[in-house]
Amino acid sequence: MEFNKELDARGLNCPLPILRTKKALAEMASGEILKVLATDPGSVKDMQAFAKQTGNDLVNSAEAGGEYTFFMKKK
Amino acid sequence: METKKLAIIATKGTLDWAYPPFILASTAAALGYDVQIFFTFYGLQLVRKDVSGLKVSPLGNPGMPMKMPFGPKWFKGINWNIPNAVQSIIPGYENVATSLMKMTIANNGVATIPELRSLCQEADVKFLACQMTVELFGFDHADFIDGVDYVGAASFFEFAGESDICLFI
Repeated sequence: MEFNKELDARGLNCPLPILRTKKALAEMASGEILKVLATDPGSVKDMQAFAKQTGNDLVNSAEAGGEYTFFMKKK
Repeated sequence: METKKLAIIATKGTLDWAYPPFILASTAAALGYDVQIFFTFYGLQLVRKDVSGLKVSPLGNPGMPMKMPFGPKWFKGINWNIPNAVQSIIPGYENVATSLMKMTIANNGVATIPELRSLCQEADVKFLACQMTVELFGFDHADFIDGVDYVGAASFFEFAGESDICLFI
Protein backbone atom coordinates (compact mmCIF):
# COMPACT_ATOMS: atom_id res chain seq x y z
CA MET A 1 0.00 0.00 0.00
CA GLU A 2 1.24 3.50 -0.83
CA PHE A 3 1.98 5.96 1.93
CA ASN A 4 3.46 9.44 2.39
CA LYS A 5 5.31 8.96 5.65
CA GLU A 6 6.49 6.10 7.85
CA LEU A 7 6.63 5.95 11.64
CA ASP A 8 8.63 3.24 13.40
CA ALA A 9 7.06 2.67 16.83
CA ARG A 10 8.47 -0.84 17.26
CA GLY A 11 9.62 -1.65 20.79
CA LEU A 12 7.57 1.18 22.25
CA ASN A 13 4.79 0.62 24.73
CA CYS A 14 1.53 2.37 25.61
CA PRO A 15 0.93 5.28 25.19
CA LEU A 16 3.96 6.12 23.03
CA PRO A 17 2.76 4.59 19.71
CA ILE A 18 -0.42 6.72 19.88
CA LEU A 19 1.43 9.89 20.93
CA ARG A 20 3.98 9.46 18.11
CA THR A 21 1.18 8.79 15.62
CA LYS A 22 -0.58 11.96 16.68
CA LYS A 23 2.65 13.95 16.32
CA ALA A 24 3.45 12.50 12.90
CA LEU A 25 -0.06 13.22 11.60
CA ALA A 26 0.20 16.82 12.80
CA GLU A 27 3.01 17.42 10.31
CA MET A 28 1.08 15.94 7.38
CA ALA A 29 -1.55 17.29 4.98
CA SER A 30 -5.16 16.19 4.87
CA GLY A 31 -5.65 13.02 2.82
CA GLU A 32 -2.04 11.87 3.20
CA ILE A 33 -1.35 8.40 4.53
CA LEU A 34 0.89 7.53 7.49
CA LYS A 35 2.32 4.04 7.83
CA VAL A 36 2.93 2.97 11.43
CA LEU A 37 4.97 -0.05 12.53
CA ALA A 38 4.42 -1.31 16.08
CA THR A 39 5.05 -4.32 18.29
CA ASP A 40 2.70 -3.40 21.16
CA PRO A 41 -0.25 -5.85 20.99
CA GLY A 42 -2.42 -3.19 22.67
CA SER A 43 -1.87 -0.90 19.67
CA VAL A 44 -4.35 -2.90 17.56
CA LYS A 45 -7.38 -1.76 19.55
CA ASP A 46 -5.78 1.57 20.44
CA MET A 47 -5.25 2.58 16.80
CA GLN A 48 -8.92 1.81 16.08
CA ALA A 49 -9.97 3.86 19.12
CA PHE A 50 -7.65 6.71 18.13
CA ALA A 51 -9.08 6.80 14.60
CA LYS A 52 -12.66 6.70 15.85
CA GLN A 53 -12.14 9.55 18.31
CA THR A 54 -10.00 11.82 16.14
CA GLY A 55 -11.81 11.34 12.82
CA ASN A 56 -8.71 10.06 11.02
CA ASP A 57 -9.27 6.99 8.87
CA LEU A 58 -7.55 3.70 9.68
CA VAL A 59 -7.62 2.42 6.12
CA ASN A 60 -5.69 -0.79 6.66
CA SER A 61 -3.99 -2.84 9.36
CA ALA A 62 -2.09 -6.11 9.31
CA GLU A 63 -0.12 -8.40 11.61
CA ALA A 64 2.84 -10.59 10.71
CA GLY A 65 5.19 -12.33 13.15
CA GLY A 66 4.33 -10.16 16.14
CA GLU A 67 4.66 -6.96 14.16
CA TYR A 68 1.72 -4.71 13.37
CA THR A 69 1.36 -2.36 10.42
CA PHE A 70 -1.23 0.39 10.27
CA PHE A 71 -2.15 2.81 7.52
CA MET A 72 -3.78 5.98 8.84
CA LYS A 73 -5.27 8.54 6.47
CA LYS A 74 -5.26 12.05 7.87
CA LYS A 75 -8.61 13.78 8.23
CA MET B 1 -18.38 19.07 18.31
CA GLU B 2 -17.35 20.73 21.53
CA THR B 3 -13.91 19.83 22.87
CA LYS B 4 -14.02 17.22 25.62
CA LYS B 5 -12.34 17.95 28.93
CA LEU B 6 -10.38 15.73 31.30
CA ALA B 7 -9.55 16.87 34.84
CA ILE B 8 -7.11 14.86 36.95
CA ILE B 9 -6.19 15.24 40.60
CA ALA B 10 -2.72 13.71 41.17
CA THR B 11 -2.07 12.96 44.83
CA LYS B 12 0.61 10.25 44.86
CA GLY B 13 4.36 10.87 44.86
CA THR B 14 5.88 7.52 43.98
CA LEU B 15 7.44 6.25 40.75
CA ASP B 16 4.65 3.75 40.06
CA TRP B 17 1.83 6.20 40.74
CA ALA B 18 3.52 8.88 38.64
CA TYR B 19 2.50 6.94 35.52
CA PRO B 20 -1.33 6.99 35.50
CA PRO B 21 -1.79 10.79 35.51
CA PHE B 22 0.81 11.40 32.79
CA ILE B 23 -0.24 8.45 30.59
CA LEU B 24 -3.91 9.35 30.73
CA ALA B 25 -3.29 13.08 30.29
CA SER B 26 -0.97 12.70 27.29
CA THR B 27 -3.25 10.16 25.61
CA ALA B 28 -6.36 12.28 26.15
CA ALA B 29 -4.52 15.29 24.72
CA ALA B 30 -3.60 13.20 21.66
CA LEU B 31 -7.28 12.38 21.25
CA GLY B 32 -8.13 16.07 21.26
CA TYR B 33 -9.14 16.59 24.90
CA ASP B 34 -8.45 19.72 26.89
CA VAL B 35 -6.58 18.44 29.94
CA GLN B 36 -5.66 19.85 33.33
CA ILE B 37 -3.84 18.09 36.15
CA PHE B 38 -4.09 19.41 39.70
CA PHE B 39 -1.06 18.27 41.71
CA THR B 40 -1.67 18.22 45.43
CA PHE B 41 -0.04 16.72 48.51
CA TYR B 42 2.49 14.02 47.50
CA GLY B 43 1.49 14.55 43.87
CA LEU B 44 3.62 17.72 43.96
CA GLN B 45 6.67 15.45 43.67
CA LEU B 46 5.65 14.80 40.06
CA VAL B 47 6.20 18.41 38.98
CA ARG B 48 9.56 18.90 40.67
CA LYS B 49 12.43 19.74 38.33
CA ASP B 50 14.30 16.66 39.49
CA VAL B 51 12.16 13.54 39.55
CA SER B 52 15.09 11.13 39.78
CA GLY B 53 14.26 10.76 43.47
CA LEU B 54 10.86 9.15 42.81
CA LYS B 55 10.79 5.68 44.29
CA VAL B 56 8.60 2.62 44.38
CA SER B 57 8.07 0.73 47.61
CA PRO B 58 7.16 -2.97 47.64
CA LEU B 59 6.61 -2.72 51.42
CA GLY B 60 2.99 -3.34 52.30
CA ASN B 61 2.15 -3.65 48.61
CA PRO B 62 0.98 -7.23 48.01
CA GLY B 63 -0.13 -6.37 44.47
CA MET B 64 3.39 -5.65 43.28
CA PRO B 65 5.19 -8.51 41.54
CA MET B 66 8.87 -8.62 42.51
CA LYS B 67 10.59 -9.96 39.42
CA MET B 68 14.14 -9.59 38.20
CA PRO B 69 14.61 -7.65 34.94
CA PHE B 70 17.69 -9.67 33.93
CA GLY B 71 18.89 -13.26 33.59
CA PRO B 72 17.39 -16.27 31.80
CA LYS B 73 13.63 -16.56 31.28
CA TRP B 74 13.04 -19.02 34.15
CA PHE B 75 14.84 -16.64 36.53
CA LYS B 76 12.84 -13.59 35.37
CA GLY B 77 9.65 -15.54 36.00
CA ILE B 78 10.30 -16.00 39.72
CA ASN B 79 8.20 -13.82 42.00
CA TRP B 80 10.36 -12.95 45.02
CA ASN B 81 7.80 -12.99 47.76
CA ILE B 82 9.64 -11.33 50.63
CA PRO B 83 7.75 -10.83 53.92
CA ASN B 84 7.10 -7.25 55.06
CA ALA B 85 9.02 -7.82 58.29
CA VAL B 86 12.14 -8.75 56.30
CA GLN B 87 11.72 -5.92 53.75
CA SER B 88 11.48 -3.36 56.50
CA ILE B 89 14.79 -4.20 58.15
CA ILE B 90 16.93 -4.41 54.99
CA PRO B 91 18.66 -1.05 54.47
CA GLY B 92 18.27 0.28 50.92
CA TYR B 93 15.50 -2.16 50.03
CA GLU B 94 13.44 0.57 48.36
CA ASN B 95 16.44 1.81 46.40
CA VAL B 96 17.11 -1.66 45.04
CA ALA B 97 13.43 -2.19 44.18
CA THR B 98 13.39 1.21 42.43
CA SER B 99 16.48 0.43 40.34
CA LEU B 100 14.98 -2.91 39.33
CA MET B 101 11.71 -1.19 38.40
CA LYS B 102 13.57 1.36 36.28
CA MET B 103 15.36 -1.46 34.44
CA THR B 104 12.02 -3.20 33.82
CA ILE B 105 10.54 0.05 32.51
CA ALA B 106 13.43 0.51 30.07
CA ASN B 107 13.34 -3.16 28.97
CA ASN B 108 9.65 -2.89 28.12
CA GLY B 109 9.85 0.26 26.00
CA VAL B 110 7.82 2.17 28.56
CA ALA B 111 8.48 5.92 28.58
CA THR B 112 10.27 7.58 31.50
CA ILE B 113 8.40 10.06 33.70
CA PRO B 114 10.35 13.12 32.44
CA GLU B 115 9.59 11.99 28.86
CA LEU B 116 5.85 11.56 29.47
CA ARG B 117 5.73 14.81 31.39
CA SER B 118 7.29 16.81 28.57
CA LEU B 119 4.98 15.08 26.07
CA CYS B 120 2.08 16.35 28.20
CA GLN B 121 3.45 19.88 28.18
CA GLU B 122 4.07 19.79 24.42
CA ALA B 123 0.43 18.74 24.01
CA ASP B 124 -0.73 21.73 26.10
CA VAL B 125 -1.79 19.75 29.15
CA LYS B 126 -2.14 22.39 31.87
CA PHE B 127 -0.37 21.75 35.17
CA LEU B 128 -1.81 23.26 38.35
CA ALA B 129 -0.10 22.93 41.72
CA CYS B 130 -1.83 23.30 45.05
CA GLN B 131 -0.31 26.42 46.63
CA MET B 132 -1.45 25.37 50.09
CA THR B 133 0.52 22.09 49.94
CA VAL B 134 3.55 23.88 48.49
CA GLU B 135 3.66 25.95 51.68
CA LEU B 136 2.69 23.08 53.96
CA PHE B 137 5.62 20.99 52.75
CA GLY B 138 8.02 23.94 52.73
CA PHE B 139 8.65 23.76 48.98
CA ASP B 140 9.70 26.70 46.85
CA HIS B 141 8.34 27.57 43.40
CA ALA B 142 11.93 27.28 42.16
CA ASP B 143 11.79 23.53 42.96
CA PHE B 144 9.22 23.00 40.22
CA ILE B 145 9.31 22.95 36.43
CA ASP B 146 8.26 25.96 34.38
CA GLY B 147 4.69 26.24 33.21
CA VAL B 148 3.03 25.31 36.50
CA ASP B 149 0.27 27.57 37.87
CA TYR B 150 -0.03 27.83 41.65
CA VAL B 151 -3.68 27.88 42.64
CA GLY B 152 -6.25 26.77 45.17
CA ALA B 153 -9.07 24.27 44.96
CA ALA B 154 -11.53 26.85 43.62
CA SER B 155 -9.44 27.35 40.46
CA PHE B 156 -9.37 23.62 39.84
CA PHE B 157 -13.14 23.42 40.07
CA GLU B 158 -13.50 26.13 37.47
CA PHE B 159 -12.22 23.58 34.94
CA ALA B 160 -13.26 20.35 36.68
CA GLY B 161 -16.86 21.52 37.01
CA GLU B 162 -17.17 21.62 33.24
CA SER B 163 -15.14 18.48 32.58
CA ASP B 164 -16.47 15.32 30.95
CA ILE B 165 -14.14 13.12 32.98
CA CYS B 166 -12.67 13.83 36.39
CA LEU B 167 -10.22 11.42 38.00
CA PHE B 168 -8.71 11.29 41.48
CA ILE B 169 -5.39 9.46 41.32
